[in-house]
Amino acid sequence: MTSFASSSAVTPSRTIARGSQRTESAPLTNIDVERIRNDFPVLHQLVNGHPLTYLDSGATSQNPISVMEAEQEYYEQRNAAVHRGAHTLAVEATEVFEAAREKVAAFVGAQTDEIVWTSNATEAINLLAYSFSNASLGLGGPAARRFSLGTGDEIVVTEMEHHANLIPWQQLALRTGATLRFIPVLDDGTLDLDAAADVVGQHTRLLAFTHGSNVTGTIAPVAELVALARRVDALTVLDACQTVPHLPVDVAALDVDFAVFSGHKMLGPTGIGALYGRAELLADMPPFLTGGSMITTVDMEKAEFLAPPQRFEAGTQRISQAIALAAAVDYLRETGMDRVAAWEAQLGQRLVAGLAEIPGVRLLGPGLGVERLGLAAVDVAGVHAHDVGQFLDDAGIAVRVGHHCAQPLHRRLGVTASTRASTYLYNTTDEVDLFLATLAEIAPFFGVRR
Amino acid sequence: MSDLQSLYQTIILEHSKARHGAVALTPLAEAATLGAASGLRVAESHQINTTCGDEVTLRVSLSARERADAAVTDLVWTGVGCSISQASASILTDTLRGLSTTEARALLDNFREMLRSRGRIEPDEEILGDAAAFGGVSRYPARVKCAMLSWVAFEVALIEAESH
Repeated sequence: MTSFASSSAVTPSRTIARGSQRTESAPLTNIDVERIRNDFPVLHQLVNGHPLTYLDSGATSQNPISVMEAEQEYYEQRNAAVHRGAHTLAVEATEVFEAAREKVAAFVGAQTDEIVWTSNATEAINLLAYSFSNASLGLGGPAARRFSLGTGDEIVVTEMEHHANLIPWQQLALRTGATLRFIPVLDDGTLDLDAAADVVGQHTRLLAFTHGSNVTGTIAPVAELVALARRVDALTVLDACQTVPHLPVDVAALDVDFAVFSGHKMLGPTGIGALYGRAELLADMPPFLTGGSMITTVDMEKAEFLAPPQRFEAGTQRISQAIALAAAVDYLRETGMDRVAAWEAQLGQRLVAGLAEIPGVRLLGPGLGVERLGLAAVDVAGVHAHDVGQFLDDAGIAVRVGHHCAQPLHRRLGVTASTRASTYLYNTTDEVDLFLATLAEIAPFFGVRR
Repeated sequence: MSDLQSLYQTIILEHSKARHGAVALTPLAEAATLGAASGLRVAESHQINTTCGDEVTLRVSLSARERADAAVTDLVWTGVGCSISQASASILTDTLRGLSTTEARALLDNFREMLRSRGRIEPDEEILGDAAAFGGVSRYPARVKCAMLSWVAFEVALIEAESH
């Protein structure tokens, strides 16, 4: 941000102890978190004259040194194109690239070949939508017919989806003649499960829903929704962008057909995400992007395709990003996802408890005591979210303002924009308290009378 | 004055609440017919700041074509947005109403140049009047669009009104 004219970076020590290189099971404390913070150089800087308080991990998370070193080590020692060429570096690059897949797959409870690399979760959902689109055109032969959609078929999403899990399905419906329906959201920001039982019906072919809302922070009742879909033989797609980074997630145990997540939200670099698909489904899906590295034999008229996951990975891959993402997974495993989840649940409850004490601040979604991720989005009466964000930024506090790519949900909750604080394993309770105290100063500053 | 106070000057906070010229707009066709009866040319422009969803619809009434340099006889608007965008629309109506189109364009150019200067150009109060209060905004590039939203709407609506 060029506007941070007054920012001054405090050079982090390169010899700091790796606070997280351990596998304890005791709950995280602020002392542990202070050690964890030492692994994240970006957190140690002043922004607008104040120590940075980074509460925007729901948008993108920060990278530990080990992730950046993994990427650098790859470029210094192994850089080569994967799955082509027989020279030593190419072989080594392929090995570390595939080892990264194995590690990320295990992290989410998938088989290695059930993980397809994509640029991000958005691309992963588009991969599905375009593969189904191609199946609807007859590509992929009889085996792909189960993915084909047409007039009379229904795609179901929810009213709380991120645009990434809405617009690709809108477009797929437009291309195929299928109808898009949605499970509505109740006034408290949770899904209307009574309505869901009606919306998901005999015409439903696909049910796509978010695991954890990026706005309300609530966790979807996955088992109930999957049961509704299974009852009518519909496919399920789980948007796990806000959960894989923050909770232990086992896609096989959740029994979803597909799931997507993004590397940069889980301590990894940008430019890498993943699609999980049950092996027997991926095997029958026609490709989306086509070209090199996804074929077996090619002649001038046609081509045969590789088995998954390579079938869906045309062109030179995001090799360094995949390797860096594997390092991020190592970091999360060593810290322990149960501990991460418990710490963030504590921060989330601290956020909503504190917000309830601030006059004129409305929390979007359920309040204290309801299970939530370590995030909270609010509307400050009489002050636009951008002004709220500006005031917080002046105090060095980074939050997300706007509609967070969920315009329909904001409209449903009666606001056009909100301010979201989202935590991660490197946030302390002091940071949450500072956010709350600064937020309480905003209405008086803007002269809003109660 | 802190950076935050220079951005949110008192006059800006006041205008963000007073919202001069903010009305529930009647249908444009209706307003155009009514204006034409009094020899006025009426046009409007709807602008959206895609980064935050702020919106403004600004309606311009221009005196008849016969005059070489027509006058901006009225400015009304409706919109939602942050305090900067709301105050800017409010101050725009106070500042530009009654000016000739030449004067209004010159003032708009000056305003835009100042806002895009990243704090290098001190606002000229002689020229800008109350709009000089947006000088602090120019140091926040992310907020320049907020301040410019209604002025861009004015620029577009003016061209449209002139073509009538």
